[in-house]
Amino acid sequence: MTTATPTVATGTQQTSGTPSTTAGRVRKRLTSRTATLVSIVIAVVWTIPTFGLFVSSFRPEDEIKTTGWWTFFTNPQFTLENYQQVLFGRSSSSGQLAGSFINSLAITIPSVLFPLAFACLAAYALAWINFRGRDWLYIAIFALQIVPLQMALVPLLKFFSTGVTLGGITLMPAWDLVDEQKFAQVWFAHTCFALPFAVYLLHNFISQLPGDLMEAARVDGATHPKIFRTIVLPLITPALAAIGIFQFLWVWNDLLVALIFAGGGDETAPLTVKLAEMAGTRGNEWQRLTAGAFVSIVVPLIVFLSLQRYFVRGLLAGSVKG
Amino acid sequence: MEFDFADQQPKLLMLMYGLIAFVLVVGGLLLLLDVVPAWFARRREAQLVAASASGAPLSRRPKQREGLFALFFLLPTLLLLTIGLVVPAIRTVLLSLMDRTSTNWVGLRNYSWMFSEDSIVRVLANSLIWVLLVPLVATAFGLIYAIMVDKVRFEAVAKSLIFLPMAISFVGASIIWKFVYAYRGEGDQIGLLNQIVVSLGGEPKQWLLESPMNTLLLIVIMIWIQAGFAMVVLSAAIKAIPADIVEAARLDGVNPWQMYWQITMPTIRPALIVVVVTLSIATLKVFDIVRTATNGNYDTSVIANEMYNQAFRYGESGQGSALAVFLFILVIPIVIYQIRNLRQQREG
Repeated sequence: MTTATPTVATGTQQTSGTPSTTAGRVRKRLTSRTATLVSIVIAVVWTIPTFGLFVSSFRPEDEIKTTGWWTFFTNPQFTLENYQQVLFGRSSSSGQLAGSFINSLAITIPSVLFPLAFACLAAYALAWINFRGRDWLYIAIFALQIVPLQMALVPLLKFFSTGVTLGGITLMPAWDLVDEQKFAQVWFAHTCFALPFAVYLLHNFISQLPGDLMEAARVDGATHPKIFRTIVLPLITPALAAIGIFQFLWVWNDLLVALIFAGGGDETAPLTVKLAEMAGTRGNEWQRLTAGAFVSIVVPLIVFLSLQRYFVRGLLAGSVKG
Repeated sequence: MEFDFADQQPKLLMLMYGLIAFVLVVGGLLLLLDVVPAWFARRREAQLVAASASGAPLSRRPKQREGLFALFFLLPTLLLLTIGLVVPAIRTVLLSLMDRTSTNWVGLRNYSWMFSEDSIVRVLANSLIWVLLVPLVATAFGLIYAIMVDKVRFEAVAKSLIFLPMAISFVGASIIWKFVYAYRGEGDQIGLLNQIVVSLGGEPKQWLLESPMNTLLLIVIMIWIQAGFAMVVLSAAIKAIPADIVEAARLDGVNPWQMYWQITMPTIRPALIVVVVTLSIATLKVFDIVRTATNGNYDTSVIANEMYNQAFRYGESGQGSALAVFLFILVIPIVIYQIRNLRQQREG
C-alpha cells in the first residue's frame, strides 16, 4: 500500500502545477481524470453494501430469500410490507421496532442535553477561571477518556440496584427502577461516559476565544456567570452543535450501555438492542433484518447528511489541533 | 397496522420528566451562579464598611471567590465523573481480585485464568489482530484516499460517501455486511461476496463460520466504518499545509516523491498519530460488531465481548472485571504516547 502512495501523490502534484508543454497539459488532464475516476469508483464501491441493504428492504420476502438484490434491476418488485411488519407487526417475531424507535428517541435526547450543558460549564471554568490545580484537573479529566466503559459497567449497575453504602451509612439509596423508568439509568450512564471527551473538545474551542474580550468584560464588572451566558455561549454555538451531533450519533448507535442499563424489554430497549437480538435469533429473516437495519440507520443518516459540516468541524477540533 | 400509540405514552412521559429535570438542574445551576456572587458582593461591602470603621487590613476575598465560582461550574461534571467513572473503575480493579460472589479475595487467580484458558488466550490473540490491522489499514486507506481525492472534481461527494458509514451504528453496519457475506447452499446466492466468488467460478462459502477468515471479515466491517474518519482528518491536515512551503519546494525542483516524504508526511505527522491512536483505542473497545455478526462464536470473540459474556451472562464478575482491567492496561501506553506527542508538538 505504501508503494502506491507516491504514484498517487504524483497525480495531485501535476494537477496543481501549470505544465508548459502540450504533452504536459495532456498528461495533467489525464492524471486528474484518472484520479477523479478512481476516487469516484472507490466511493461507489464503498456505498454498495449500504445500497444493497436499502434495495433489499423494499423487496418481497421470497424474492429477498431466493435471489440477490442486484436482480432488482432486471426484475423490479417493490413492497412496503417489510417496513410495515418490522415497525408495527404484533407478532413477537416481528421486532415491533416502532416502539423501540421511540425508546431510542427517549434515550438519546436527554443523553445529549445533559453532558453538553455540564461539559460547557466545566470547560469554561477550566479555560477562563483562575484557581489552584486547574491544569491538573484538566489533565485528570482528559485522562479519564482512556477508562474503557467496560471498567465502569459492573459497579455502576450495582450502584443503581443496591445503592451506595459506606461503613453502614447509605450514601445513595437504590434506584429500584422498573420499565421505562430505566431510561434514567441510561441517561446517567451516557452522561458520565460522555463528559471527558465533551469537556476536552469544548475546552479546545473555549480556550481559543479571544482573551481581551473576556478581559474587557471583566473590567466592565461582569461576573463569570454573566460572561459565560452573554459572551461565551453565543460564540461557541457552532462547537456545541458539532459536539451535540457527535454525542447524538454515539448515543443513538450505542449498543453496550443500552444493553446493560436499559435491558432488552419492549419498554426500554432501543433500536440497536432489538436489531442485535433479531440478528442473533432470526439471522435468516432478511426481509425483517434489512428493513429493521434501515429504520435504525435513517435518523443518524439524516442528521449526518444535513449537519455534516458541523460534525466534521467537531471531529477536527478534537484531533488535528490536539 | 396494529400499533397502539397509547402504549408509548409512559415512555414519552418519562422523556418529559427527563427534559423537566434538565431544565431544573441547568436553570437552577445558572440561577445559583447569579445569586451567589450577589450575596458575596453584599458580604464584601459589609466587610469593607466594617474594615474601614476599625482600620483593619482587608482580607483576600476576591481570589477565593474565583475558586468558588470554579467549583460551581465544575460541580456537576466532577460529581458525575466520580460516581460514574472514577469510583467504578477503582471498584472494578478490586472486583478483579475477588471471586464470582465478590466477597472472597482470590488474588491474581482471575488473571492467571485469563492467560491459561485456551478460549480466552484465543480471545486475546484476536484482539491483538484487530488492534494491529484496523488502525493500520484504515489509516493507510484514509491517507491514500485523502491524497487522491484532493482537488479532484466531485471531491465533496466522494468524501461524503466514504465518510457516510461513520453515521451508521456498528449493529447496522454488521447487518449490512452479514448480508454481503450471506450464504446459500443451492441455487442463487443472495450475498454479494458469494455471488462474486461464484461468477468467478468458485464455490460459495460460509464466510463467517470459518476461522481465522471470519475474524478478518469482521475487521473489514470496522475498517469500512472508520476509514472515513481517518480520511476526513488527514484530508484536513493536507489542506492545512501552507501553500508557500509547497511552492518554495517546487521552485527548488523537488520531485513528487521527495515532496511527499519531506513536506507532506512531516507536516501531517501529528494528525496521523492522532488518527492511529484514536482508532486503536476504539478498536480495543469494539464489542457491537462481534456480538451482532457472530455473537463471539466460531473463534471470533474479542476482549470487550468476552468481558460482557463473563460479567453479565455467566455472572463471573471477577473474571469479567479482570478482562476489563486488562483492556485498561492495554490502553494506557497508547495514551501516554499520545500525551507525550502532544506536549512535544506544543513545545516545538
